[in-house]
This record gives sequence, structure tokens and C-alpha cells, in this order.
Amino acid sequence: MKRFARLFAQLDETTRTNEKIDAMARYFVEADPADAAWAVHFLAGGRPKRLIGARRLAEWAMAEADVPEWLFEESYHAVGDLAEAISLLLPDVSEGSDRPLREWIEERLLALSGASEETQRAAMLAAWRELGGVERFVWNKLITGGFRVGVSTQLVVRALAKATGVEEGVVAHRLTGAWEPTADSFRALSAADVADADISRPYPFFLAYPLEDDLETLGSAADWQVEWKWDGIRAQLVRRRGQTFLWTRGEELVTDRYPEIAEAAALLPDGTVLDGELMPWRDGAPLPFAQLQRRIGRRTLGAKMLAEVPVVLVVYDVLEIGGVDLRSEPMAARRARLEQLLSASPLRARFIVSPLVTGEGWEPVRTAWSSARDRAAEGLMLKRRDAAYGVGRRRGPWWKWKVQPYTADAVMVYAQAGHGRRASLNTDYTFAVWDDGKLVPFAKAYSGLTDDEIRRLDAWIRRNTLEKFGPVRSVKPEQVFELAFEGIQPSPRHKSGIAVRFPRILRWRTDKKPEDADSIDTLRSLMAER
Amino acid sequence: MPHPPRLRPGDPLPPGPPRAGRDLLLETTDRGLYCAAGDFYIDPWMPVDRAVITHAHGDHAHAGSARYLCSREGERVLATRLGPGAPIESVEYGKEVSIGGVRVSLHPAGHILGSAQVRVEHRGEVWVVSGDYKTEPDPTCTPFEVVRCHTFVTESTFGLPIYRWSPQREVFADIAAWWRANRDAGRASILFAYALGKAQRVLAGVLGAESGEIFTHGAVERLNRDYRRGGVELPPTGYAGSEPRGRDWAGTLIVAPPSAAGSPWLRKFAPFSTAFASGWMRIRGARRRRSLDRGFPLSDHVDWPSLLATIDATGAERVLVTHGYREPVVRWLLERGLEAHAVASRWEGEPEGEPAGEEEAHEGTSAGGALDAEEGE
Repeated sequence: MKRFARLFAQLDETTRTNEKIDAMARYFVEADPADAAWAVHFLAGGRPKRLIGARRLAEWAMAEADVPEWLFEESYHAVGDLAEAISLLLPDVSEGSDRPLREWIEERLLALSGASEETQRAAMLAAWRELGGVERFVWNKLITGGFRVGVSTQLVVRALAKATGVEEGVVAHRLTGAWEPTADSFRALSAADVADADISRPYPFFLAYPLEDDLETLGSAADWQVEWKWDGIRAQLVRRRGQTFLWTRGEELVTDRYPEIAEAAALLPDGTVLDGELMPWRDGAPLPFAQLQRRIGRRTLGAKMLAEVPVVLVVYDVLEIGGVDLRSEPMAARRARLEQLLSASPLRARFIVSPLVTGEGWEPVRTAWSSARDRAAEGLMLKRRDAAYGVGRRRGPWWKWKVQPYTADAVMVYAQAGHGRRASLNTDYTFAVWDDGKLVPFAKAYSGLTDDEIRRLDAWIRRNTLEKFGPVRSVKPEQVFELAFEGIQPSPRHKSGIAVRFPRILRWRTDKKPEDADSIDTLRSLMAER
Repeated sequence: MPHPPRLRPGDPLPPGPPRAGRDLLLETTDRGLYCAAGDFYIDPWMPVDRAVITHAHGDHAHAGSARYLCSREGERVLATRLGPGAPIESVEYGKEVSIGGVRVSLHPAGHILGSAQVRVEHRGEVWVVSGDYKTEPDPTCTPFEVVRCHTFVTESTFGLPIYRWSPQREVFADIAAWWRANRDAGRASILFAYALGKAQRVLAGVLGAESGEIFTHGAVERLNRDYRRGGVELPPTGYAGSEPRGRDWAGTLIVAPPSAAGSPWLRKFAPFSTAFASGWMRIRGARRRRSLDRGFPLSDHVDWPSLLATIDATGAERVLVTHGYREPVVRWLLERGLEAHAVASRWEGEPEGEPAGEEEAHEGTSAGGALDAEEGE
């Protein structure tokens, strides 16, 4: 545990990619494979289920630290993170133990599941008395299910490749899907033998960066394949040895939730892997994302739901045919194979080859982009015709070009302290627009300001607080912000009668007065435009 | 009326005179803490006729008053801070002076060079104003001394139980190890520390464990001079600004005020690693939101256990809590049967979370200008 906590501290203390990779690679070489397996699991974003509620943890910690509840609350507010507040409040440990990470996880953490409250309490107290400093913090983070380190799966892959000498792409593939954190799995990551036993395993998704520069900077339009960017669920369909596996980008296996896709997949030849977007689709056109949300999370899907919200896979790419990995072939070649593969009509009902935007030069692309919203698309995808299918997010071969967001000027009416690195700064804001001389709140936003603006705004909020309701402050309605959002829909659940999707702050309009902010009618007219 | 016997700071105190119907010996006014009986102020934030100064940080020492009294040890830094010609008188620690018939003496507060607690005695009643203080030993200033009193006015910058300092030798060892690792990686080490006090303490702390040459920002170098003249031993330092252009800074330690973080001044030192030596660095989020590589929790204020132990040791019947986490400290003391009150400070409304002691709350407000951002820590 000490070694893993030290790795955590090293990763936490640097923003330099190479240092992070080096620190992880050193750990993977030095650590016991059973420990390293768990480290890979957690670093790549795996989280244990939350086993003990925050309330109970807090109570046990208060008793152990001999701190009254009100002072615990004050301390928690100052820290902004429960796991950290607890580890700072508990008495220092003079002589800690050094048991391996595997033991802490498999014998202590996982054993908490389903245990009685008394057993859990005793186990937590024992852990707190054994673990000092960063280890205690890491342990608390694991217990609360909030363990996060600033590394992407891609960085973990690069570190593993560095530590094992196995090619990055191979490591990434081996890590994808239902990877189990065991010593054997860890050893298998570095095995020289590339032949793969796990038939369910998807390929790592290739992702696009947002396009920020002009289209012209991309060179000739003829070098690019242009598609619509659909607002659904990115997924990979794996058909091997008579079995079907549908994976989302979050590497969740969702085959059972889309029976119509699974059924159609049975028509695909063995050894086929498709990359696409799960979309609610009826009568040859997409349905709003909200319709798909009705299906997500349902345990049982009735016939009615299946009929009302049928789902298709809009297929962007083919990654494997006849069991052969095609990712290193150029986009244009993969596209040709895809069109050929899905030419059979029974397949085309459920597998829709992603339509292309065609024409001479960039002008048709621009036109398509400006009409994307009419087609219920989020924008366009631009993919180099000569590019291989890569791993993770890379600049260059693929770009996403999203439509301009909706915008509105709104007045800040409430503020609240953030968490983690934003603790004790007011960083969560609620915004309102005018409705018949009154301000009605309609959106919350957390991001979009620079650190410097956040600090200045925080100082302003403290001086201009009208009332406090727990952590929430109402503030003088004086500051105007330009907000951006992706979608807007009527919502009876909101006081304003509307709900916006992905609201964020574009800029702080210090040049505007509150009376210059937009009205609810302006927002309603945006809805009408759709 | 016979004069009451002179009480010495360490003496057990007789119970204070009954307070009912009497004025307080010190009261808060819109200019600061005021002693009506002696007609003087302690750390006023506006110009007054007579100011007694606990220490030279910008939120305690404001320019423009007609007369200043500070400790002999602190005279030089106060003069540097207030500017040339400031009318400063100084007195040795422990030596009593009379101001308007009120007995006033200054006692070491252990915060920075020359920092003092102000003991005020009148008609048998003793008040002590702590200013900022720490009880941990610090080679750059005279150690804190407990002064018995009836009423203790204490700071509370780190008045929450999450604030517990590690032994400073561990922190200094961490700083030395960070510097060495940076040198081995061919980088400069940039350590942010408040220019007055913390910077010198850190320099004294790395004495004997240097991994290379040490350079400082102008704001720090000026005060290093005052410290050295005051007899404090610091390692040799150079002024970064007088080094030739294009110099290789790899392996050096650069000590700069926190306000230099993110400024173009840093560019020339690249590649470098940044760190901040401050009590706030006890909290992970405080470090991360500044995008610092490292945070070294090192404070010139008392932590929670030392704060409570000090209050206890003064024997005070009444505690007035100022500057920082006033409400929690007051509540804690009340629940333990002590009389305690929160006292308004200059930064009323601000001290929630960090800004109480942080540079952003005070940036540029002191006479020393924007680079003197060390107030409160």
C-alpha cells in the first residue's frame, strides 16, 4: 500500500505526461503482479462500488478523532472532500503497517461488502489506525468510490508498454473489455504471445479532437471523409464464434439492452467488429436523444418500448473482418469494405452505413455543417481518407466539428462552493433570465471561467451575498454571463419551464448590466426554431 | 489610590477586577483595536496618532500613523516596510513602557523577525494581543513566550482541527529532496514563500542541505538583508535579477513571493518545478488549484493543537478570537466553559476558507506594493 500511495502522490504532484508515465512504469516493474493488477485497474478508472455511506464514515471518523459534529462539518467544508477531511482529522499514526495493495483490496476492502455495520466499523477503525498520511487518504478514496488520479487509460497503456516492452496497441487491446485485476491478467498483459483467447474483447476506441481552426488548414477537401456527428451512444459490436458482444465507449457490455441489434448481428459473418453509434431511429430518421434515455437504465424492455423507440447502429467503421484486424488499413479502404459488408438488405434494417457529406471542395461541408441541427446531428466528423484507426484521442487524423451552441445572456443569482480543487471557492453558479420583471433560474454551470476569473468572482460573491442557505448563497443579481448550451427542451420539472443541455459559461460580460440579460421569451423562441 | 503591584509576564495572575459596568481595556473601532485608557491603537489599519505594531506584515502594519512602537528586533523590517522616514520607536522584548499611564510591553510571538505580542496592563487587569504567532522554534526569530493574562486576543488563521503541522525537520527534508531531484533532472526549483518571514525561514531551513546556488526575487532579497543585519544566519543568496541573460538556472533554488506564480518573470528559469511553502498546502485542493507541482505545509501560525494549548497556558478567563476561523474557535472554547468572543478584523466577511490568510485577499494592499503578498502567512 505504501508503494501504491507513493505512486499516487507522484502522479498527483506532476502535470508532466512523461513524468507520470515514468512513475507508473517504474511501479509496474517493481510491484508484485497481484498489486500491479489492482493498480492498473484503479489507474485506468476502475472503481470499487461504494461500500459504506458517507454519513456512517463521517460518524465513525468523528468518534475516532473526538471531534463534535459541527466542527467536523466546518472542517469538511474547508477541505471540500470527505475522504481527505477524514484522513486529516484522524490522529497521526506513529508506526503504520505495510501490507500489499492486493491484500488491502481483496481481503479488507472487498470483505466489507455485505458485512454487518459493526464489522465494517471495526474494519475501518483498524485501517485508520494502521495507515498514515497519503495511504489513509488513498484508502478513504477507495472506500468512498471516489478514487481518481489525473491519468487517462491511454497513459496507463503507454506506461505498461514502457514497462513490459509490448507494443502500445497490443497492451490497449488486452486491457479493453472485461479485464480482471489478477496477477495472471497482469502477466498476460506482457505476454509475448499475441494470439488472443478472449473473444469478447473490443478494440480501443479511436476518438476525435474538436476542430478549432478553419477548414482550409486541413488541406484539400478531397483528402477527407465527412460524416454527420450523431448524438447517440458510441458503441462497438463484436461478432465472433457465433456470439455477439455490444460494448459502449465506457466499456460497458450492453448486448442485452439492445435485443434488436443482437438479433440482427447474428446475420453478420463470424469475426466481424463494427464501430458505430446506437441511435433511436424510426421511419428512416433519428429520434431525439431524450427518447433513447427512456430506454437506458430500464432493466426490462417491454414490447411497447421496443416498438416506440427502436434502435439502430449507425455504422462508422469496420475494424475486423474474417477475424483479421483492419485497423492499420486506410479509412478509405475500410469504408469500401464496410459498404460491401453491409450491402445485404436484411442487415441494412438495423445497420445503417453512416451517410457521407459529398461534393467538391469545402463549400458543401460548410453548408452541411450549418444544417446539421435540422438533421438532429451535433455537427460533422472529418476523417482523413488515408488514416489508420488509432487508439485514444489523437490530433490530426480525425476531427469533430460541432455546430455552434445556443447562447443567452443570464444573471447569476446563486453561488455555491465547489469540491476537490475548487473547495472553499464559490464555483457552482445558478443563472436566471427575466420573466415579466422577475428573474427565473434556468441553468446551472460549473465551467468556462479561468482560475483568475473564478478567484475574482469568488471575492465578489463573498462581498455581495444576500442570504446563505447552508452552502448556497444568494447574491446580488448584478453579474451577467454569456452561457452556451447544446439543446433546449420544454420541461415541466423546472421552474422556468425549460431545460438546457450541457450549459457552460462562455464569458463574463462585465460590459453588461443585469437589465441587458435575455428574457424567457427569447429562450422559448430558440425552442420554437427547432 | 495605591498603584497595584507590578505583575511580571510569567506570574500567576490574581483574578481580574470585576468587569460589570466597566469599559473594556481594549475595544474594536473602525480604525482597529483601541486602548482608550492609554489612547493608542494596536495594528490600526488607518492612520492614527499612536500605533503599537505586532509585526511588519502588511495587514498589521499600515503606513501613515504619526508614531509607531514596535520591538527592537522588528524595527529594521518595519522601517523597510513603512518606507523611509517612518517615525518608529522600538523597545526590547519584556521591557515595560508607559503610554498614557497604561503599562505596555512587547513579548516574542515567534511569527517572524521582531514579531510581538502586546501586553497591556491597567489597574490590575492584563490583556495580551497575540498578533500572529507560532510556538514551534524558528531560527530566524526569538521563540514564542507564553504571557499570562486575563484576556487573550488570539489569531485563528488555522483554527480548525484539520490543521496539524508535521515536524518542520520533515518538511525541510522534503524541500531538500525536491530540490535535489530537480537538480538531477536538470531543472530549477522555484519555491514560493511569503517574502517577509517565510522566505527567510525556508532559507535557514535548507542551510547545510543545499543542492546548488540560491537566488531570490527582489522582494525577498531586500528582506534577507534586514534579517542578516539582525544577526540571522542565512545561506548565501544572489539576486536573480542581476544574473546575466541566458544563464543556465538548472540546479538552482529560486525563492520568490507567491504573487510571482504564473508571471512572465518565471519564464527565464525554464525548465523548472514549482512549489509553495505555506500552511494552506496541508489541503490537497489548495495546491492543485494553483497548478503547483509541490506543496510544503509549513506555517508561521499556530496549528489547532498549539492554538488550544497556548490559550490554556495563558490562563486567560476571556478569549477574543480574530483573523481566520473565529467562529469555530469561539464555539469550541465556549463549549469548554471559557468566555470567548469573535472580534471583527479588517477583513470582515472575507475569512471563509482560505482567503483570510491568503495573498489574493490582500494583494497589493500594503505599502510595499503588489509583490509584498505575504500578509497573514
